[in-house]
Amino acid sequence: MTGNARSPEFTAEQLAEVRRLQGLYPDKRGALLPALTLAQETFGWISLEVEEYVAGLFELSPAHVHEVVTFYTLYFQQPKGRHVVAVCHNLSCHLLGAKGIIEHLTQRLGVEVGETTPDGRVTLLSVECLCACELAPMMQVDDRYEGLLTPEKVDGILEGLR
Amino acid sequence: MAERILTRNFDVKNAHTLRVYRGGGGYQGWEKAKGMEPGVIAEEVKNSNLRGLGGAGFPTGVKWGFIPKGSTAPRYLVVNADEGEPGTFKDRYLMERDPHALIEGMLIAARAIGSHLGFIYIRGEYVQPWRILSDAVAEAYDAGLLGKNIQGTGFDFEIVVHRGAGAYICGEETGLISSLEGKKGWPKVKPPFPAVKGAFGQPTIVNNVETLACLPHIINRGGEWFAGLGTKTQGGTRLYSVSGHVVRPGLVEAPVSVTLRQIIYDHCGGIPGGRALKAVVPGGSSAAILTPDEIDIPMDVDGPKSKGSMIGSAGIIVMDETVSIPEALMVVARFYAHESCGQCTPCRESTGWIYKISHRIVEGKGRKEDLDTILDVAKRGAGTTICAFYDGAVGPYISYIEKFRSEFEDLIRSSAHA
Ligand SMILES: Cc1cc2nc3c(=O)[nH]c(=O)nc-3n(C[C@H](O)[C@H](O)[C@H](O)COP(=O)(O)O)c2cc1C
Ligand code: SF4
Ligand code: FES
Repeated sequence: MTGNARSPEFTAEQLAEVRRLQGLYPDKRGALLPALTLAQETFGWISLEVEEYVAGLFELSPAHVHEVVTFYTLYFQQPKGRHVVAVCHNLSCHLLGAKGIIEHLTQRLGVEVGETTPDGRVTLLSVECLCACELAPMMQVDDRYEGLLTPEKVDGILEGLR
Repeated sequence: MAERILTRNFDVKNAHTLRVYRGGGGYQGWEKAKGMEPGVIAEEVKNSNLRGLGGAGFPTGVKWGFIPKGSTAPRYLVVNADEGEPGTFKDRYLMERDPHALIEGMLIAARAIGSHLGFIYIRGEYVQPWRILSDAVAEAYDAGLLGKNIQGTGFDFEIVVHRGAGAYICGEETGLISSLEGKKGWPKVKPPFPAVKGAFGQPTIVNNVETLACLPHIINRGGEWFAGLGTKTQGGTRLYSVSGHVVRPGLVEAPVSVTLRQIIYDHCGGIPGGRALKAVVPGGSSAAILTPDEIDIPMDVDGPKSKGSMIGSAGIIVMDETVSIPEALMVVARFYAHESCGQCTPCRESTGWIYKISHRIVEGKGRKEDLDTILDVAKRGAGTTICAFYDGAVGPYISYIEKFRSEFEDLIRSSAHA
């Protein structure tokens, strides 16, 4: 990871990537979401300083960027754990035991939904339908979808997260 | 077994690569379309009776015709790959297993509407599908199927893959456009419709992934053939996402004349443990719930409508006799409360309050008047909002309570506050 969320700065390469993204849209503002995604990957989360920095790259007011950041669930406005475990609690997963999976996770991790373990390893979330309902109950672990969950399977997945 | 059309490549190894896709006859629809007049392509699509498969079921060829005649402004093709309707997962399969079918469909649509720039708006959570799709787009560029002067035809078409950042409302086409423009995903008042004034202020056609994936087949084999697969008002097969209490949850491809009963019992093996069916959602969570005596309907745009529901995204959620309907309503209500964009007062307030009331009913703190309050609030707001999100919430609110009222009443009666 380069840079941090309190004094964010892209590398020359990343800046070139932002410029490239901006050039793909009829109005460069179209690249705001991809740029924020890049910023989050780079700085870990979207602080007010990151919002201000990105706003500068788009010649937008920080308020406009803030309005966007707060609208979407995938932008973190606080530091997150090294891994994010997002359990689906929507209807199909509910029917097949999402509640039990969430309870199991809160016990194993010792945190409530929405919290990060004290060692910074895992942030636990519950989310709306991830559109993999055929795998219910399911969750997203960082980039991966994990489905047909049982408490045992969840334990195995947690063990793999360092 | 009916012929597999949209899923024909799903079990083919490496079908997501250009080489294998082409080897199986891929891009032949485009080869044909590139020599056709745009108007002729649109006419073929009209004849096919293809109805939009994203949710609204609008005839695709007719929608294309809404771009103002004689307009010389750039126009955009936007693919709705923001799949978010609870119970739906078909677009994910298409993008992971047959991404070139989408790209080929986009080429055909772009030629028909005269667009030179297309965006694929894919939900942010779909990381794996995004990677596969992005690789396929890059391959198509390398092969000269995208870019400037494609295959010497003089036709230019670029594709930008754009990732969302988590918001169900960005599946609504005008919310999607706002989001694509780098704003929060607030839906816009219609008219103007996107075909007249859409992304970046220009005429824009928004089509669903599956809708576009039908186009290569329609062009290859003719609109009439496609129409013949379906019912009187809708052509083709479609992908039914089936989840919940069935023996074999998953994706089912079937002609749109298939009945809901056939999908549940023949294709998906019925209810596990021989238990009884209690209720089924036929078209994503925004569709009104159906009871076991309402499942002998064709799953085209008209079948569920005849029972006061809708086919929507064809996401089928099956509930067996053990399910608590009040709890199911609470789960659904929580979703709508969370996902309302907050622009319209009836939507923002009602979704929040109805979730709270449904929650207290489940917690055993329900009050006698709660059910009528929900029904009253729900019905008042219907049809008054900027987008169809709120109507999509009202469908479940009303149907869960009206069709299972005694179950709610029992729960409330047994609570101390009654
Ligand atoms: C609240 C709401 C959510 C929607 N979500 C989706 C979605 O996830 N995917 C989709 O293709 N269409 C969705 N739609 C429908 C779109 O607004 C639009 O009708 C569709 O993308 C048009 O494509 P089609 O004509 O090919 O179906 C949604 C509509 C509403 C009102
Ligand atoms: S109906 Fe709801 S989701 Fe749609 S614009 Fe209004 S507040 Fe937003
Ligand atoms: S309900 Fe959990 S993935 Fe759809």
